[in-house]
Amino acid sequence: MNLVLTIVLDGLIEASWLFVVALGLTLVFGVLKILNIAHGSFYALGAYIAATVVTASAAHHLPPAAGFVAMLLTVAFVAGAVGVLLERGLLKMFYGRDEVVLLLVTYAVFLILEDVTKLIWGVNPIYATQPYELFGNVAFAGLYYVGYDLMLIPASAAIGFAVWFGLNRTIRGKIVLAVIHNEEISLSMGVRVSRVYAAAFGFGVLLAATAGALTAPKISMQPGLSSDVIILSFAIVVIGGLGGVEGAAVGAILVGLARAASVHLMPQAELFVIYLIMAAVLLIRPEGLFRRETARRI
Amino acid sequence: MTAVLSARKLNKRFGAVIAADELSLDLAAGERISLIGANGAGKTTFVNMATGYLKPDSGSIALDGADIGRCSPRHVARLGISRSFQIPQLFIDLTAVENLAVAIAGARSEALSPFAPAEARGRRAQAIGLLQRFGLEEQADRPISELAGGVRKLVDIAMALARRPKLLLLDEPTSGVSAEEKFATMDRVIHAVAPDAATIVFVEHDMEIVSRYADRVVAFYSGRIIADGEPQAVLRDPDVRRYVTGGQR
Amino acid sequence: MRQWRLHPLMMLLPVLAAALAGRLLPVWTLSLATVAASNALVALGIVILARTGNVSFGQGLFFAAGGYGVALVANAWGITDAAAQMLIGAACGGLLGLLIGPLIARYSGIFFGMLTLALSMVFYGALVKSTALGGSDGFNVGRPTLFGIVFVDPREADFMLYAISVVTTGIAGIAAAILFRSEFGLVSLAVRENNLRVEYLGLSANRVIVANFAIAAAFAGASGAFALMAQRHIDPQFAYWTTSGEFVFIAVLAGYQTVMAVYVASLALELVRSFSNLYLPNTWQLVLGLFLLAVILFLPRGIGSLWAGKPRRSGAPAMAEPVPERGGAP
Repeated sequence: MNLVLTIVLDGLIEASWLFVVALGLTLVFGVLKILNIAHGSFYALGAYIAATVVTASAAHHLPPAAGFVAMLLTVAFVAGAVGVLLERGLLKMFYGRDEVVLLLVTYAVFLILEDVTKLIWGVNPIYATQPYELFGNVAFAGLYYVGYDLMLIPASAAIGFAVWFGLNRTIRGKIVLAVIHNEEISLSMGVRVSRVYAAAFGFGVLLAATAGALTAPKISMQPGLSSDVIILSFAIVVIGGLGGVEGAAVGAILVGLARAASVHLMPQAELFVIYLIMAAVLLIRPEGLFRRETARRI
Repeated sequence: MTAVLSARKLNKRFGAVIAADELSLDLAAGERISLIGANGAGKTTFVNMATGYLKPDSGSIALDGADIGRCSPRHVARLGISRSFQIPQLFIDLTAVENLAVAIAGARSEALSPFAPAEARGRRAQAIGLLQRFGLEEQADRPISELAGGVRKLVDIAMALARRPKLLLLDEPTSGVSAEEKFATMDRVIHAVAPDAATIVFVEHDMEIVSRYADRVVAFYSGRIIADGEPQAVLRDPDVRRYVTGGQR
Repeated sequence: MRQWRLHPLMMLLPVLAAALAGRLLPVWTLSLATVAASNALVALGIVILARTGNVSFGQGLFFAAGGYGVALVANAWGITDAAAQMLIGAACGGLLGLLIGPLIARYSGIFFGMLTLALSMVFYGALVKSTALGGSDGFNVGRPTLFGIVFVDPREADFMLYAISVVTTGIAGIAAAILFRSEFGLVSLAVRENNLRVEYLGLSANRVIVANFAIAAAFAGASGAFALMAQRHIDPQFAYWTTSGEFVFIAVLAGYQTVMAVYVASLALELVRSFSNLYLPNTWQLVLGLFLLAVILFLPRGIGSLWAGKPRRSGAPAMAEPVPERGGAP
C-alpha cells in the first residue's frame, strides 16, 4: 500500500512541473501551429535565471521566501518579454512558408540558446537549493516527503485551472480558442490574430520558464537540461493530444506515474517507458488521448 | 452474355444515411452504362464499393465471378477494374508523361525497377501513345500544375486506361468541362477508351451526354435502383423524372 | 541552363580521386572529411525517404543499431575489417528498417516522423539503462583493419578510414542518383504526391515506403559503423534525438534536389563545427544556429538551389534526360 502511495505521489510531483511545461508547448502549437523545439531551452533559461536570483538574494541575506518570490517574478517577466520579442522579431518573418521552415527556425533558436546559456552560466552544474526548505518536511503513513515537492502539485493544478478558466470563461480566452480552432474565420471576424500570436507565444515561453524556476531548487542546472525536457514534453503533448489543457494534464499525469512506477518497479524501463507509451499512442490513436474536435474544412 | 460485374444485395450505411439498400446489379461485358442520380443517391458509393475503397456492410460484389467485396483498391485494380475521378487525382508536380509512366508501371506485373530509368524500354513511347489518344502529346512534358482542369481530367482518364481494364469506371468525365466542349470531350474519351476497355461505366449528370453515349442507363435514388434500361425509356420514367432529372425533358 | 547528360556511374572516377586525394590532405582535414562523409550518408538516406513524403526524425535508431551491432560483433568475434564492419552496420540497420517499416509505413507525414522519433528514444532509453552494454558510458572497440592490413601509424589509419568512408558514401550517392531517375524513384515521388492514386493504379504505396525506409536505415547503420571506427567507442548518444536532428538538419540544409548538395551541406556543417571549436569554444551550436537561420532566409530551397537553378518549368524534358532536380549526377 505504501508502495502504491509512493508511486502515486512521486508520479504527481513529477507530473506537476511536466504539466506546466507541456501546457506551454501545447498552447503554442494550438495557437501558432508551431512545434517549438526551443521550448525546453526556455525551461532551462527559467531554471538558470531562478538560480541566479536565488543565489543573489541569499547573498544579500534576504529570507528564502523573498528569494522564492523574487525568482518567480523575475523569471515570469524576463521569459514573457523574451518570448514576445522572439515571436515578433524572428518567427514572424517566416509565417506563410512551409511548416518545416518554422520547425527549423525553432531548432536554430534551440541551438543558439544552448550556447548562450553555456556562455552566461558556464558548463559546470549550478545549484539553488535555498527555497527547497521553505515548506518544511512532511511525514505520514511511514512516508517522508519534502514540503516543497508536495507544494508543486497544488501549484501546478492552480496554474492549470487558471489557464483553463482564462481560456474558457473569459472573452479574451475565447478569442484565443477561436484562433486555435479556426484562424481564418477569426481573422475575418476582426480578431487581431497577430496580437494573439505574440501573447500566446510569450505566455507559452513564460510557462516553460516558470516550470524551470519551480524545479530549480530540486535539480542541478547544467547543459543538456533543455534537450531532455523538450523531448519529454513533446512526448506528453503527443500522448495527451496537441492543443488542449486537458490533454497536457492527462499526458503529464500518465508520464509522471509511468516514470514513478518504473523507478520503483523496473528501473531499466525508467527512460524508455515514456517513449513506448508515446509510440503506442501514435500507433493506436495518433491524435492523442484527448483529441480536440477539428472541424472539417471543405 | 456473362456478367462482368455482379452486385447482390449490397448494403451500406453511413450513420443515418443509406447509401446502398439491397442493391443488385449486373453489368454485362461490352456494355456502355451510365449511372445517374442526384447527389447522395448512392452512385459514387457503388463505384467506391466496386473499386475496393469501401467495403459493403453486407451483400456481395463479384468481378467475372470472383468475389471482390473484401479486396483493397490495389487488388481490385490488379483484377481489372480501373477508375477515373470526378476531381482528377494526379501527381501534380510530375509531368503528364511521368503521370502516365507511373500508371504504366502499375499495369505491369513485375516489380518496380530501381535501376532502369523511368523512360527505358519504350515506356515513354507507351506513355506518349496514351496521351496521343486524347490529343495531349503536346503537353507531355509539362507538369500537371501547369495544365488546365479539362486537360487534367483527360490525363486522369488516360491513367486509368494504362492497364487495359476489363471494366472502366469514369466518375463524371465531363464535369468541369464547358458546355460547348462537352460533346467533343466525350467523343474523344469514348474513342480513346473503346479499344482497351471492354466495359465502360460512367457517372453523369448531363442527360444529353447520357442519352447520346450510353447503351443502358441505371438510375439511383436513396441507395436503390429505381430504373434500369435504355436511355430513352429511363429518362422518361416518372420516378426518374421526380427523383433525378427534376422534370426536365 | 544546360542539361547534364552524365550517367551517375561516371561519378565513380571522381569518387576514387577524392579518396586518393586524402593522401595529400593534412590529418585534421582527414578526420573532418570522414565525419562529413559518414554524416552525409545518413542524410542521403533521409533525402531518399523524404521523396515519399515521409521525413524520419529518428535515424539515430539505425545509426546506433549499426554502431552497437558492429561493436558487439567486433568484440565478440574479433572482426576488425573495416569493410566488413561497414557491411555489418548496413545489415543491422537495413534489417531493423525492414522490421519496423511495415509497422509505420501506413502513417502519414507528421505521425510518421513522430513515430520514428519515439522509437529512437525508446532505443536510447533502453541503451542508457542496459548494464550489459555499458549503460550511458557505452564501451570501447579496437582499431579497424582493412583486408588483413593492420595500420599502426595513426596517419595511415586515418587515411584508410577516410578512404573507405568516402568511397562508401560516394557509391551510395551514385546509387541514389540512379534510384532517383528510375521507375522506382518516380513511383516514390508519386507516393508523396497522391498515395491513394498510386494504390488505385495497382501499386503498393506501403511497399514503396518500406523499401525506401530500409535503404535509409541501411545507410544510417553503415554510417554508425563508420562513427564507431572513428571514435573507437559506442554509447547511447548515437540514438539520442539531437543526433537524429543533426542528420535531418543536413538533409534540409541540402534541399531535396541534388545528391551533391548533401555532401556540401555535411561538409559545411563540419567546417563550421571545427572552426568554431578552434577559435570560439562553446559556440559551435550558436554559430550553427545562426548559419541555419541565414540559409533559411536566403536559400529557401536549401544549399542545392545555389547551382540547381529553378525547379523544372515547361520545355525541359524531364523523362528523356537526367535533370539535377531529380537528384541526378551534378
